[in-house]
Amino acid sequence: MKPRHKRALMIVGALATLAIAAVLILNALNSNIALYVTPSDVVAGKAPKGQAFRIGGLVKDGSLKRDELVVHFIITDLVKEIPVSYKGILPDLFKEGKGAVVQGKLDTDGQFVASEVLAKHDENYMPPEAKQALEQAQKNGAK
Amino acid sequence: MGYSMIPEIGHFALILALCVSIIQGVLPLVGAQQGRREWLVLARPATQISFVLLVISFGVLTWCFYSNDFSVLYVAEHSNAQLPTVYRIGAVWGGHEGSLLLWILLLTGWAFAVAQLSKALDEFMVARVLGVLGLVATGLLLFVLTTSNPFERLLPAAQDGRSLNPLLQDPGLVFHPPMLYMGYVGFSVAFAFAIASLLSGKLDAAWARWSRPWTTVAWIFLTLGIALGSYWAYYELGWGGWWFWDPVENASFMPWLIGTALLHSLAVTEKRGGFKNWTVLLAIIAFSMSLLGTFLVRSGVLTSVHAFATDPRRGIFILILLSLVVGSSLFLYALRAPKSTLGGTFSLMSRETLILLGNVFLVVASGSVLLGTLYPLLIDALNLGKISVGPPYFNAVFVPIMVPVLFLLAIGPWANWKSTNLKTLVQRLWVVAVIALVAAILIPQVMGEFTILTALGFLLAFWIIASGVLQIIKQFKAGKPTRSFIGMQLGHVGIAVFVIGVTMVGAYQEEKDVRMAPGDSVSVGGYQIQMVDVRPTQGPNYQATRGTFEVLRHGIAQDALYPEKRNYDSSTMPMTEAAINSGLTRDIYVSLGEPLDGGAWAVRVYYKPFVMWIWGGCLLMALGGLFAVLDKRYRLRLKK
Repeated sequence: MKPRHKRALMIVGALATLAIAAVLILNALNSNIALYVTPSDVVAGKAPKGQAFRIGGLVKDGSLKRDELVVHFIITDLVKEIPVSYKGILPDLFKEGKGAVVQGKLDTDGQFVASEVLAKHDENYMPPEAKQALEQAQKNGAK
Repeated sequence: MGYSMIPEIGHFALILALCVSIIQGVLPLVGAQQGRREWLVLARPATQISFVLLVISFGVLTWCFYSNDFSVLYVAEHSNAQLPTVYRIGAVWGGHEGSLLLWILLLTGWAFAVAQLSKALDEFMVARVLGVLGLVATGLLLFVLTTSNPFERLLPAAQDGRSLNPLLQDPGLVFHPPMLYMGYVGFSVAFAFAIASLLSGKLDAAWARWSRPWTTVAWIFLTLGIALGSYWAYYELGWGGWWFWDPVENASFMPWLIGTALLHSLAVTEKRGGFKNWTVLLAIIAFSMSLLGTFLVRSGVLTSVHAFATDPRRGIFILILLSLVVGSSLFLYALRAPKSTLGGTFSLMSRETLILLGNVFLVVASGSVLLGTLYPLLIDALNLGKISVGPPYFNAVFVPIMVPVLFLLAIGPWANWKSTNLKTLVQRLWVVAVIALVAAILIPQVMGEFTILTALGFLLAFWIIASGVLQIIKQFKAGKPTRSFIGMQLGHVGIAVFVIGVTMVGAYQEEKDVRMAPGDSVSVGGYQIQMVDVRPTQGPNYQATRGTFEVLRHGIAQDALYPEKRNYDSSTMPMTEAAINSGLTRDIYVSLGEPLDGGAWAVRVYYKPFVMWIWGGCLLMALGGLFAVLDKRYRLRLKK
């Protein structure tokens, strides 16, 4: 094989690899992104339908109820509230009155069924998404 | 009461180190370009002095922690008097300022090691390498002194410190960050060698032979650092997972992928004089990835399970530093990289081609991780909303890209340099293929469920192992193998062991969240886990609730497990301490959730088959690296 052909073949090979990788990446990105939605937007019907998404906000004081392994609580941006249910063990930092992020889907009665509950690893730390949800709700309320 | 002046000594040493680093970064480089011997001989002493200064500075900060000097803001924020001594030392790098100081200490330490071990190297080269390292140190010292001074005073002093995040009060904290940083920072040496060679125009096999062991050592540390972090997350975070595709993990994994490519590319450059351009580029990218990782972790731009200091000034400073380093080195690369092609002729079927292919896949894999990590930041910056890219993305993209790498990995060592006969390759490998196929079909039958993905995992793992074993047999028949050869085999088998662990855990783990009262039992993986009781207990600086669980197999007690729920005195944050019974073929993992009605608890019980193989594989890889570094041809050079 001539060196020229060899180089051409290598370039074609490299491009093909990149193309396959690009297809894989775009495909995976499309189906595996979770959008952050604020509680107010969820109530306004702006949440994606049939797809998992994330809600950030505060866990409402006094809303945590335990029914054996299923926990119920309310996540709020201090304007609107979303009831959440989750089956399993909550992270250490999950607390009423503190920020949390939940990932999951809405069921037919408007209850959010969480598949994952995230609370950050520092007691003085607020998830940026939760903070943003509060700020946005406040801004809209002031209007 | 007067305040001790000791912290000022540390601060002063840092300022002096900055001055010395500027000298180290400027004069030797200019001296080497202009042929001024009296300037380039400054490189070595400057490097030594700046290392000593950093040792003093770091020692002072450690002393402040040890002696509970809460007049130092950083100490007051990250430590308290009740903290056990070992964690007070670990707390030195428990926060932003201290971990950056550690970063720079290690950087000057690497430079010092280069200065000591390069007596046989041409002094122009030494001056350039140390000069480049001096410039990097200058940038980081400026960063620390202007935005993140660890010696800042808190007047009046605090009565007691705040606390160290209980999550960090663990032996993991003492070892994980220094290991990881040794790896990160170690790539600066490969980078400095690459830049020095571009400056001098001397890109030869001797250059590759010099940078190779340094790169390997850095890679060993990075491998161990990542593995330690993963193990720490497994037992300490209380979730039983070993990898979360968290941006902080990705930040350390990207340089590892590039570093792995660099190791292999350097081999080609050393043995065959080929791939010079590519090797230099990889060395630049590897260190850029390390800096990017530092930026991601230290700037607070990430939303991640790790908590960060958020100070935009810091982010902007590191971003400028990053663009300066990457921009100027790529500019230099464009100007000075040899115009030749890959160099050293080789045919399409050769070891070179296989290594190049593997390299391309590793770089693409690293790119896909980079994309998944930066994509949410990009979307956020463009105000298109907030999103998160989770593990499904990374699994969907990363795994398929790594499959060809694992496939090639077993073939590469059989192929000859320059040109190899496809027929001979097939003749040598068909046995290996048969063994791998049999393993891929049989093991899932024995373990339980058969899925394509599980079979693929075993196929690749045994493809690599069988190939390695056959090569080792062949090599021993031909005479004593070199340490390099043993290193390569250990590294490759390590990957296979890792793949087995990942496949087993992924396919056959059992995770149960259950309600348990004393006397209740739950069964996982053929074991019965019985709750005996839950009682309060007292630790050195925490109160805890401790459960007692018995592990039974066929009704016979094997072990007792004591998971805890701790409340540290200095913190309102509860802490779950999982209890794990580890074994060669399985881990049993029990952790306490929350108390339920009637004395019952929510309990997490996991069965993780072969999970230890994940970290065992990493250890083997690191050991392989160690063998490669100890190869005779490097040792002879050191003795000179």
